[in-house]
Amino acid sequence: MTPATARVAAADLDTGVGSSSWWRVALTGQVTGPLAALILAVVIFSTTTENFFSGANLALVVQQSVVVGTLAIGQTLVVLTAGIDLACAAIMVMGSVVIGRIAVSGNVWLALLAGVVVTVLLGAVNGSLVSLASLPPFIVTLGVLTALTAGARLFTDSASYPIKSTLLTALNHGPRVGGVTITYGAMAWIGLTVLMAYALTQTKWGTRIYTVGDNPHAAELVGINVKRVLFGVYVVAGLIYAIAAWQALGRTPTADPAGYPTANLDSITAVVIGGTSLFGGRGGVTGTLVGTLIVTVLQNGLTHAGIDSLYQQVATGVLVVLAVAVDRLTRTRQSR
Amino acid sequence: MKFVPRGRVALATAAAAALMLTAAACSSSSTPGGSSSTNGGAAGDVTIGIVNLNLDNPFFSTLGKGTEDAAKALGWKVMTAAAKQPGDSATQVTAIENMITSKVKAIVLTPASATALNDAVKKARDAGILVITVNGTLDPIDTADATYATDNVQAGKLIGQWAKAAGPADASIALLDFDLSDGPAKGRHDGFLAGYGIAENASQVAGEALTKGTIDTGQSAMENLLSAHPGINLVYTINEPAAHGASTAIQAAGKSGVTIVSVDGACSGVQDVKDGIIGATAMQFPDRMGSKAVEAIATFLKDGTRPPSGVTDSGTELITDHAVSGLASQDSTWGLAHCWGQK
Repeated sequence: MTPATARVAAADLDTGVGSSSWWRVALTGQVTGPLAALILAVVIFSTTTENFFSGANLALVVQQSVVVGTLAIGQTLVVLTAGIDLACAAIMVMGSVVIGRIAVSGNVWLALLAGVVVTVLLGAVNGSLVSLASLPPFIVTLGVLTALTAGARLFTDSASYPIKSTLLTALNHGPRVGGVTITYGAMAWIGLTVLMAYALTQTKWGTRIYTVGDNPHAAELVGINVKRVLFGVYVVAGLIYAIAAWQALGRTPTADPAGYPTANLDSITAVVIGGTSLFGGRGGVTGTLVGTLIVTVLQNGLTHAGIDSLYQQVATGVLVVLAVAVDRLTRTRQSR
Repeated sequence: MKFVPRGRVALATAAAAALMLTAAACSSSSTPGGSSSTNGGAAGDVTIGIVNLNLDNPFFSTLGKGTEDAAKALGWKVMTAAAKQPGDSATQVTAIENMITSKVKAIVLTPASATALNDAVKKARDAGILVITVNGTLDPIDTADATYATDNVQAGKLIGQWAKAAGPADASIALLDFDLSDGPAKGRHDGFLAGYGIAENASQVAGEALTKGTIDTGQSAMENLLSAHPGINLVYTINEPAAHGASTAIQAAGKSGVTIVSVDGACSGVQDVKDGIIGATAMQFPDRMGSKAVEAIATFLKDGTRPPSGVTDSGTELITDHAVSGLASQDSTWGLAHCWGQK
């Protein structure tokens, strides 16, 4: 930790937060590249395939993005603090099977509440281990992931619960506009993104997250309680995973302990492709929303084009490495 | 360059290294002998090793439990280890090496890979250990002493033949696969096409997509295929969770008259047959694989007779409530009485 690093960290902050027009900050910089990639992908698939560019299919792309997209909002908060949450999907799945199992006996409101309590508590477990015990987030969340994957199976005896309640599946419904259903889940996802974009760029809470992620030592020097910020981030992420669990029950009306096996990595992919730096302190949820859409558009579009699914994974992998390389390059340049 | 946070890169590297250590630790910590029974008798001090795959999956836990129960019934001790997922052969190699050191008499192996375990298996056999694979084979097939497995090509054929006879006349087919480098997945896929009587690139095949064999991935894959090819009316699925997800996608798209076929015979899947969600499924019998392997070991230990080399089919049964003539099947009521996993 040298004065030089602190100075650069502060300079970084100036470019990131605190500007008067927060929406401009949210849209410029890190989002430009991903947005261009998304538009390019949409244009290519629209011109080369027959059924891609239709209201119904584009609505489908959004619906398929909702669960991972919501998880990725929580993931973004964690990554902004230079952390990583491998357990996000496992926490969501645990929440959903708790909801599913309690809902079987009738009281769906109680079930939903229990789901929120469970995911927030699990977020708090992550948060305390990372902040109080100062353990690396990678290891903490890997441990929680491993335990929860088995835990969800033990809790359910590996059974899955069909969801019949209209409250629990409500997020998969919504008004029809021009023959296309705009689900409440999609609205919630986009609304949550806007809310978090505001909170991250316009509140002290958000500024602290960027500062801690960019340079925890500098953050401490300016009087920020780093441990409290870290703990708070994991708890808020836990709350967001509860919303993701509700989204998941709507989309796939089954509480399945084996569900969403790769959603944790998918959410990290979305965050990285969306331009948030894995080194912390740079990025935001708007980019993550775009990153999530890019991954879904690739899957959907390549299926429309009749291309082998394995190439979808190749394309996603290339994008991830590209995004990290771009991040690394811009960081290096700024530091000179 | 002074700004680039090398400390965090180092941390990430350390974390990755720690991850590998954790994986290694998992495998060795899971190898100590299971609860031993002291029912000595003629069995003496027989210990066998069970190397399983992904105990989270009820199929493999049923298979592992079937093997373990059969062994314990004979008064044997059991060492167990499990890979975390298909392809995780490193954990299985470590487990086999540990079992060689512990001088087990036989190993019942659910291979995570068809080739990556060959050296470890050869070492075990050189040490005089009988190695039997269950559910999957090694390549070449005589790398292990014997194999008890579902004939997945046959399973695929059964549902392919049924689909040809009972499915839509003018078929537009979707194939919801699992990674085709996986032996059983490829077997079912090829079997279905053969049973239906078409080639890989036949015009009837509207599209294919990969799933992870789960409900949510089956649903997303089906949504994309239906969006690209709205006329799809026959769906092959790698397993019943994928089939269940596919049916959710079909309902959401407001389609009717789409026939879904699958493979597995899990209780939840058979229930979907009963509920009319799945047209037909080919049931397999994981517990039978394990008990047959243990029988073979017992014979070998008694008089040195080795089990027949190659695959011995542990059986498949077509489950459907729409029987077609010339194709043997059982109804869903029979299926629910013989299925595996949670009811």
